[in-house]
Amino acid sequence: MTVEDLPRWSLDEMAARVAADIADGAVVNLGIGMPTKVADHLLDGREIVLHTENGLLGMGPAPNDGDEDRDLINAGKQPVTLVPGASFFHHADAFAMMRGGHLDVCVLGAFQVSMHGDLANWHTGEPDAIPAVGGAMDLAIGARDTWVMMPLLTREGERKLVPVCDYPLTAPNSVSRVYTDRAVFDITAGGLLVRERVEGLGADDLAHLVGDVVLEEPA
Amino acid sequence: MIDKIVPDLETAVSDVRDGHTVLVGGFGTAGMPFALVDALIEHGARDLTIVSNNAGNGETGLAALLKAGQVRKVVCSFPRQPDSWVFDELYRSGELELELVPQGNLAERLRAAGAGIGAFYSPTAVGTQLAEGRETRRIDGRDYVLEYPIRGDVALIKALRGDRWGNLVYRMTARNFAPVMAMAAETTIVEVHEVVELGALDPEVVVTPGIFVQHVVQVTDPFVDGAA
Repeated sequence: MTVEDLPRWSLDEMAARVAADIADGAVVNLGIGMPTKVADHLLDGREIVLHTENGLLGMGPAPNDGDEDRDLINAGKQPVTLVPGASFFHHADAFAMMRGGHLDVCVLGAFQVSMHGDLANWHTGEPDAIPAVGGAMDLAIGARDTWVMMPLLTREGERKLVPVCDYPLTAPNSVSRVYTDRAVFDITAGGLLVRERVEGLGADDLAHLVGDVVLEEPA
Repeated sequence: MIDKIVPDLETAVSDVRDGHTVLVGGFGTAGMPFALVDALIEHGARDLTIVSNNAGNGETGLAALLKAGQVRKVVCSFPRQPDSWVFDELYRSGELELELVPQGNLAERLRAAGAGIGAFYSPTAVGTQLAEGRETRRIDGRDYVLEYPIRGDVALIKALRGDRWGNLVYRMTARNFAPVMAMAAETTIVEVHEVVELGALDPEVVVTPGIFVQHVVQVTDPFVDGAA
């Protein structure tokens, strides 16, 4: 069986797993890219407040065509809407909410995550790349829980969950949980604890996919 | 009598000098003071250091200022965007210096300048390239990196309404960096959609008190009226 034949979750299935782990009443920041999909799975009656670091708590879904407002955007500069109870604030307060430990969960995309929870998601390190960090470093250290959502392997089949990150770090020792298309992992002192595997993927298959990373299957 | 209202954009930016550090509000195009930036291009001040979250979109606003060759250095968090080709080219050719600052540190360094803080320790960027060679300290078991304030000679910001004392309210996420930039600059210049009578702004909802503002110029924005 090749890697391509092994079962995997779709983006929606990954997002649903992240969403299911967010508690009613939580304040959450969803990073740019894959994590934005999580919002679609939070519309089940729970009150979960979405934070965006450009100055809004209580972000709603994308507006209908024609209802976009240039001045109402998210951190990815996409148009959004407001939910009742929303509030605006300036950038220093937006980041105080993170750094100050007021945000419950932050979900980020990543190039690589190490088995110690080091996060690399801002820079490929290529010499001619124009660096841009935005709020990535602040987000990674800010929330009480930093979760990553990413495929287990790159399109080229390279591992993204690694013993040590090759890419420049966004924040060392910051990620507590990783949601991939093959499994969900908790990062613990003893290694990676497998919380859930996609149905049909054996423990051996998963161990083969992740390689040198220490895996702990639930007892 | 206090009257910070100036009659036109040319007067508003007349205090800018060559070599100044200019704080420019906005997150992408939301809150970008396009009229003031255009006035700064017309004014012609050179050798500027620009502090802003991004480094220009397309060929307007900050991108146009960069293209006009008036900028020596950019301090920002996110220069690279799909439409930042003006910045990209100047940066790659070495004509433009870049200081990359994580977004929250950028905001807090501006706030610190406005609040008279000498420096502060931030947990952001510890253990990364952006903290290499910098002073760090462990406080209560957590590591922090020393960050210095960013002061502006001038701030150019945009607000929804202002009065002749310089009290301001903003419009949604266009607020972003404007309140901390207003505090951090020697001279803060605001383009407002509407100048209102003193007393018309509810004191309970004033976001930037006039003490942080020096000049206000009305630039009516047809988009705002259309959206209202």
